[in-house]
Amino acid sequence: MFESLTEKLQGIFDKLARRGKLTEEDVDAGLREVRLALLEADVSYKVVKDFIARVKERAVGAEVMRSLTPAQQVIKIVHEELIATLGEPSKVDLSGTPPHVIMLVGLQGSGKTTTAAKLALRLRKAGQRPLLVAADTYRPAAVTQLEILGRQLDIPVHSEGVEVPPPTICVNALKRAEAAAYNVVIMDTAGRLHIDDEMMSELEHIKRLTRPREVLLVADAMTGQDAVRVASDFHQRVGLTGLILTKVDGDARGGAAISIRAVTGVPIKFLGVGEKTDALEPFHPDRLASRILGMGDVLSLIEKAQAEMDETQAMAMGQKLLQGEFNLEDFLAQLHQVKKLGPLSQLLEMIPGYSNISKEISPELTDKQMKRVEAIISSMTREERLNPLIINASRKRRIARGSGTTVQDVNMLLSQFRQMQRMVKRLGQGRGRRGLMSLFR
Amino acid sequence: MFGRSKKISEGLTRTRQSFFGRISGLFGAREINEELWEELEELLILADVGITPTVEIVERLRERVRRERVRDAQTVREMLKEELRAILLSPRQSAADGQLLTVILVVGANGSGKTTSIAKLARFYQQQGKRVILGAADTFRAAAIDQLKIWGQRVGCDVISHQPGADPGAVVYDAIQAARARQADVLIVDTAGRLHTKYNLMQELKKVRGVAAKNVHLAPHETLLVLDATTGQNALSQARHFKDSVEVTGIILAKLDGTAKGGVVFAIARELGLPIRYVGTGEGLDDWAEFDADVFVNSLFD
Repeated sequence: MFESLTEKLQGIFDKLARRGKLTEEDVDAGLREVRLALLEADVSYKVVKDFIARVKERAVGAEVMRSLTPAQQVIKIVHEELIATLGEPSKVDLSGTPPHVIMLVGLQGSGKTTTAAKLALRLRKAGQRPLLVAADTYRPAAVTQLEILGRQLDIPVHSEGVEVPPPTICVNALKRAEAAAYNVVIMDTAGRLHIDDEMMSELEHIKRLTRPREVLLVADAMTGQDAVRVASDFHQRVGLTGLILTKVDGDARGGAAISIRAVTGVPIKFLGVGEKTDALEPFHPDRLASRILGMGDVLSLIEKAQAEMDETQAMAMGQKLLQGEFNLEDFLAQLHQVKKLGPLSQLLEMIPGYSNISKEISPELTDKQMKRVEAIISSMTREERLNPLIINASRKRRIARGSGTTVQDVNMLLSQFRQMQRMVKRLGQGRGRRGLMSLFR
Repeated sequence: MFGRSKKISEGLTRTRQSFFGRISGLFGAREINEELWEELEELLILADVGITPTVEIVERLRERVRRERVRDAQTVREMLKEELRAILLSPRQSAADGQLLTVILVVGANGSGKTTSIAKLARFYQQQGKRVILGAADTFRAAAIDQLKIWGQRVGCDVISHQPGADPGAVVYDAIQAARARQADVLIVDTAGRLHTKYNLMQELKKVRGVAAKNVHLAPHETLLVLDATTGQNALSQARHFKDSVEVTGIILAKLDGTAKGGVVFAIARELGLPIRYVGTGEGLDDWAEFDADVFVNSLFD
């Protein structure tokens, strides 16, 4: 696992004297690490070269802001340049007369069919009437796959089996859309290699016949150095208008996005972030930039927490905390809230510098411990949860048996809980809100 | 052996021309200078070998060239071959020997090419006179079962499946019973694609593996991770996580017929000790070859 780039740079600049301006020496030392980070993130070799040259030009001689260290200053410039390279987020173009045709293209296994369904769902939620088109007659069961997804989402799918040539299917779909007033037509084409001339000609043919508003390249976030070649070949043959990056929910840093942007100049439209049909997110250049640099993705983590946490419940909990009335019942409720966010192992990976703590905390173990704690509390009666003081030896034995743990485990939980209660009480009484906030900093 | 080597050669022709062809070109009659080393580094990185392994390989080569007072680029070329070959371990013997029923578990990320690879692997064993059965344990993705069934028909082997959404462990159990009843030699299990960072899904995969382990002696005899050759450095993280979870024994490198080089397998072999067992070189059933480190590296330099 990589350390965070910020830490690496910090290390380098710690050795250098602190000056008011960034010297060429400072910048070179720092940019060596930036180059490594970008290459590790699969940004194309040539794109990295140009990028580093651009940053260097900007950074040498730049004032180091009073509030920043030289390392932070370099990171800031790098980050800004990356954001500029990634470009502005862009919506799907639905201008002109309907039906608007959206064509999805890409390599095998990049995620076109799943993305087609996600995109259709998203557009329908925005008030459009989408029609999906099963134009992949090559991969076994690809047509069936889209039909099933369409049924699940209750979105119509135009399919004509696997014997009809894809261009004909697309033209017929367009006619059907016009007749039945579907205003968006999303065509799922077969995955193909960018060097497969015959298959690329087929795409050109479909494009000529259907005049799509959008030709979106669906690319896997894990793509390596070849991303440049794939994207530029597709761009050359069918004229891309945008990019959808898929499988962003893994731990790939997604450097391919930069490469593809750099060689095609087309905007990034969406990110695919999961297997569920609603897991399609708008693209945020700043977040992707942080991710590519290996700086974690705190914003997405916060957003996730906000989406899952019930706000009123959180407020009520805060009140209780402050008044020192926090009991095991509340603790259990909170545990359930945290669990809704997904396994800890996954959450931890979004935190910058996680690679360092990961050596000390095993996420799997933590998940297991959480489960054990939950089992213990669930084995208590409501009375016991509200007033843990009544838990005597015989009750402990019962709880241990009920939760499949030992009396020691129960004891440990109770003593940890008492500690927590004391700490919370002190914060609530003594320094009030400010004290409590310092916990989260 | 020769027939197979030839197939790998053919499969790798494009790879060779685009990448190692250029490396070969680098070592024509020219002297050894900084420019050469830089170009070499660039080419390795472009092949997805990864920055850290690249720097190490180049450093080691430089050191040898210095120590052994090598003067011509041709010798450097031979040395690079040696270095690269040394990293790739020779694969173990085929697993389908010495037991009544061989169970092979095929795992990987979404879209890496598992189902197609399974069909080719089935064909590969059939050609050796083995009776093969497929288990459709990807019960999650829409139409995954249908996809495997179509391949099963094409290859001509039975596919054991449940309904979509069924417990994949139960599918494996039934597939094992069926394989025994029909006296199959090899059972190949298709699993749902999953990202290695999804904790729950990896736990599920462990369970699937557990079902095989409990019901057949020493199963799964092979657990093969399918990697898309287009994948960059994340393949290393994938391989590491899958290995930790389900004790992967080897790699299938799929989609090697494009322009991607799959150079990340050097890092995987070096850091995780995982051998590359097969390469997929196209969409046809016969676009498939056993991997051989010697042949692989030699083919790259021809």
